[in-house]
Amino acid sequence: MNNLRYKRRKMIQKVMFFFSVASAFIGIAFLFLILGYVIYKGAGGINIDFFTKLPTPVGVPGGGMANALIGSFYLVGLASLFSIPVGILTGVYLSEFGRGLFASAVRFMAETLTGVPSIIIGIFAYSVVVISMGRFSAFAGAFALSILMLPIITKSTEEILRMVPESLREASLALGIPRWKTILKVVLSTAKSGIITGIMLAIARVGGEAAPLLFTAFGNSYMNWRPDQPIASLPVQLYVYAISPYEDWHTKAWAAALVLIGIVLMTNIMARIYAGSK
Amino acid sequence: MQGVNRNFNNINLKLSLGLKESEPPEAKEASGKTKFTIKGLNAWFGKVQALKNINMLIEENKVTAVIGPSGCGKSTFVRCLNRLHEEIIGTRCEGKVIFDGKNIFDPDVDPVLIRRRIGMVFQKPNPFPAMTVYENVVAGLILEGRKKRADLDNAVEKFLKLAALWDEVKDKLNQSGVSLSGGQQQRLCIARALAVEPEVILFDEPTSALDPISTAKIEELVHELKKDYTIIIVTHNMQQAARVSDYTGFFLLGDLIEFDNTNKIFTNPSDKRTEDYITGRFG
Repeated sequence: MNNLRYKRRKMIQKVMFFFSVASAFIGIAFLFLILGYVIYKGAGGINIDFFTKLPTPVGVPGGGMANALIGSFYLVGLASLFSIPVGILTGVYLSEFGRGLFASAVRFMAETLTGVPSIIIGIFAYSVVVISMGRFSAFAGAFALSILMLPIITKSTEEILRMVPESLREASLALGIPRWKTILKVVLSTAKSGIITGIMLAIARVGGEAAPLLFTAFGNSYMNWRPDQPIASLPVQLYVYAISPYEDWHTKAWAAALVLIGIVLMTNIMARIYAGSK
Repeated sequence: MQGVNRNFNNINLKLSLGLKESEPPEAKEASGKTKFTIKGLNAWFGKVQALKNINMLIEENKVTAVIGPSGCGKSTFVRCLNRLHEEIIGTRCEGKVIFDGKNIFDPDVDPVLIRRRIGMVFQKPNPFPAMTVYENVVAGLILEGRKKRADLDNAVEKFLKLAALWDEVKDKLNQSGVSLSGGQQQRLCIARALAVEPEVILFDEPTSALDPISTAKIEELVHELKKDYTIIIVTHNMQQAARVSDYTGFFLLGDLIEFDNTNKIFTNPSDKRTEDYITGRFG
């Protein structure tokens, strides 16, 4: 009787183990399928011109997406200027001082904000910035991206800071080091690599967003360096090219997809390596 | 702990515990200069009272041990003395701790300056993981803004030597502070506490996470340091209290039950509860 039960348990174990490994494999398989397909379709469109030349008019062969590539970095950089300091400071507040109703409210808002669809953030930026400025602009796009980045950086900073053991704060305070210096020199410097990892993941997350940029940064066929002018970005240019009827543009859209995946993947891998090296 | 307790039942073993039989017992109020006068000290965690009306005189350049079972308030007691207790949200304390003639709880006293003068060594070694051995020793000086390389070099050597760690780590100064062994880390923490040149050092169960050899080294160090510092040591280990201290206070459930010469506490305690504790009937 006991023997039978044991056999049954072993059978179930084998079956369930098979299913869980198979599920894990399916998850991984999709990633590789996507990667493989994008490489297959996009690799042909990758050349030096793609990175260095501006788009050509329809029908004129050649040209590239330098404007969108630069534009993406420009937008993410501008968004980071705001969201990194504010996100870190909010995380410090929540972890080091955040007790009571206000802190709970901030925490809840940050969580809610992470779940808001990015297109909604885009609409918000449109009605707040684009309408009041009277035109699409890099600034409006960066504004939308920074709202997306902010809760991610806030949450990751708070979580990392909470992992710094209380004993280190006490060690520092007991040396006669004021609280603010303790946070700056002991807590933040101990958690530095974790915070940077969080920032890189936030950048990777918004770097591939098209929806919040569609009616904020809008797009631009030329190189733009001015924050008050519309600017191109890889995801939006990819979208515009992909829905166009031109074969040449489709190839370029696939190439843009490949570059975009490459950048996001590299950022993620760098974040992991950086986090792992500490 | 059982083994320790049994020893205390045997009067012959007391000598081997290092009790200074030769020194005549003296009334603590009558002898040397008083460093702390503690009057009516109460402390709370939220609604739970951890210390109840503690009155004590702590003598300069002596070692005062604080013993008692877990949860008796010994740690809370020393954490009140450098105003670290209040750094935990929801805690408070009341009463007077007069330190060199000034109540440290007075509103015009900056706790940061108090902590410069009253150093602390914790239960678990807690060197700063993001800093090297060198940086750990002078962490207090660097963060305070003193940055002259020569001064720092001198301080590192001086205080590592004082903490009896120099010979072991002089070739590892640029390694991470957490790369050392547990006992070395604890001595590193002592060097770090000494480097800000305090007058008092509070030890909160400094050896409870260490092996016997490291423990012996720390105890030796405590003995050395009392020439220049006033020392208060919380310990779970009664042998340790007997070995290193001049005075011992026994805490139970937030009350100071008995406070006297270490010799007296371990040979002829006045209170039944002290006797029960040191002979191992509870705790």
